[in-house]
Amino acid sequence: MTTSAIFDYTRVRADFPILSTEIRGKPLTYLDNGATSQKPAAVIEAIDRYYRAENSNIHRGVHYLSEKATDAYESARAKVAHFIGVADADEVIFVRGATEGINLVAHGFIETQLSEGDEILITHMEHHANIVPWQLAAEKTGAVLKVVPVNEAGELDVNAFSELLSERTKLVALVHVSNALGSINPAKALVAEAHKHDIPVLLDGCQSVPHMPVDVADLGCDFFVFSGHKVFGPTGIGVLWGKRQWLDQFPPYQSGGDMIERVDFDGTTFKGIPGKFEAGTPHIEGVIGLAAAIDYVNQLDRQGALAHEHALLVDATEKLSAIDGLRIIGTAQQKASILSFVMNEIHPHDIGTFLDADGVAVRAGHHCTQPLLKRFGVPATARASFAFYNNFEDVDRLVTAVTKMQRFFG
Amino acid sequence: MSDDLHELYQSIILDHNKRPRHYGALTEATHQAEGYNPLCGDKITVFLRIVNDRIEAIQFEAACCAICKSSASMMTEALFGQSVVEGESIRSGLSRILNSNTDSSPGLETAGELASLAGVRKFPARIKCATLPWHTYQAALRGEAKTVSE
Ligand SMILES: Cc1ncc(COP(=O)(O)O)c(C=O)c1O
Repeated sequence: MTTSAIFDYTRVRADFPILSTEIRGKPLTYLDNGATSQKPAAVIEAIDRYYRAENSNIHRGVHYLSEKATDAYESARAKVAHFIGVADADEVIFVRGATEGINLVAHGFIETQLSEGDEILITHMEHHANIVPWQLAAEKTGAVLKVVPVNEAGELDVNAFSELLSERTKLVALVHVSNALGSINPAKALVAEAHKHDIPVLLDGCQSVPHMPVDVADLGCDFFVFSGHKVFGPTGIGVLWGKRQWLDQFPPYQSGGDMIERVDFDGTTFKGIPGKFEAGTPHIEGVIGLAAAIDYVNQLDRQGALAHEHALLVDATEKLSAIDGLRIIGTAQQKASILSFVMNEIHPHDIGTFLDADGVAVRAGHHCTQPLLKRFGVPATARASFAFYNNFEDVDRLVTAVTKMQRFFG
Repeated sequence: MSDDLHELYQSIILDHNKRPRHYGALTEATHQAEGYNPLCGDKITVFLRIVNDRIEAIQFEAACCAICKSSASMMTEALFGQSVVEGESIRSGLSRILNSNTDSSPGLETAGELASLAGVRKFPARIKCATLPWHTYQAALRGEAKTVSE
């Protein structure tokens, strides 16, 4: 396998301390990267160093540590901007995660623009985080949620997408890569299609950013969200990026310290972006950890990593497909290294427990995509999701554990 | 395979999973409820026909894991023909077993087939799978149409 010979995944494994631990006496086979990724030592050490030597509040002290922390925080913003192809770092807003980013756009802005009969266009493969906020916004305003269907392979019906855009559509909210199926959506083309009608597009990049280089300028979208913990950074930190022309129109979302220019009992003037959205002391440690994660990812051979993940996906798909009574859910042409499957007579929940006994961590459940799984006629799936630090032994351990389980249930 | 896993999926559980007893909708049910576990999407419907405080018939339908299905199947066998009061003592007996730690197991000897569910205690994430049918049974008795595992 030439690609994986170039990308040295043996070396990167050593960067992740948890990968050398054992689970129930078996080497950890971590295939739940879709839920959250593991953290390289560089991230763990950056957070440790921050608390040991650099801890201070930001944007308010004149002392040495506060200036250092402020610098670290703001340079992380610039790093994130560069990482996803944003020219103006002020357009990068730190939030708790993708969920908070979507809620900020839904309840902090779009909702204030909706009237009865307006439409929000989402797709059948959205994560609940990209369904429920829009549903609530629609309920409050009398707007209508429209849903782009998904075909048997788990690909978006792009013709239906175009047909569902109307002059009442106020926003398209779309997942870049499906967390349940792995399907990679043709985001750039869909954004262009929506823009023909001047409709803004929010992309949920939770599952694209960990797998592939992302350039929002090239994608052309108006909003982009992702979560730090899925891209090898800490939990509790995420990013909302939005074009200035939109963010400037948002009223303040939360208010308090750090987001004001001047407060008087007669009234308050607010900072511009990004400060306007970052009320209170932020998750400084999270931002520093996220910056370390981005540094880590940036020094990887990303094309090599992607090719390696793809080779793992192909290997796992081949080997699992050969198992009698196993059905893969999600067979899109363009797929990230996420593999959902169901088995005759064995419920995903039982699969999860069985694989766990062999040290193989997969996700069993609905993956916060209940409407999507309903579309495929299953209440749940087992999902193996690979990162660049997984290897072919991980695939084999998964396949062996599945085969063993099937014999047991036989 | 580990001993814990063997204990969880012992042959009696696998047998109930493969050939669930009292399976299917019950015509002329006097009570019925749907139970749902939002965590994993497991879903079960329990049907009862209760006449003069006696469980004359009990059936279930489910889309759920092996633990949930076999627990439901054993439940129907344990409760069939019992009075509602006896049924409650069977239910609370099992509940005591599932909530006990693994060294002390009150009532394990007298629990009959239901004792085989005790293996679930080593798998905290799976206890709700075993209890969902019983919560749903209780909801049906109380006349609630739906219940959600808490
Ligand atoms: C596609 C997608 N969108 C949104 C989310 C929500 O992310 P978070 O829980 O980090 O806010 C997830 C995480 O599971 C996801 O996979």
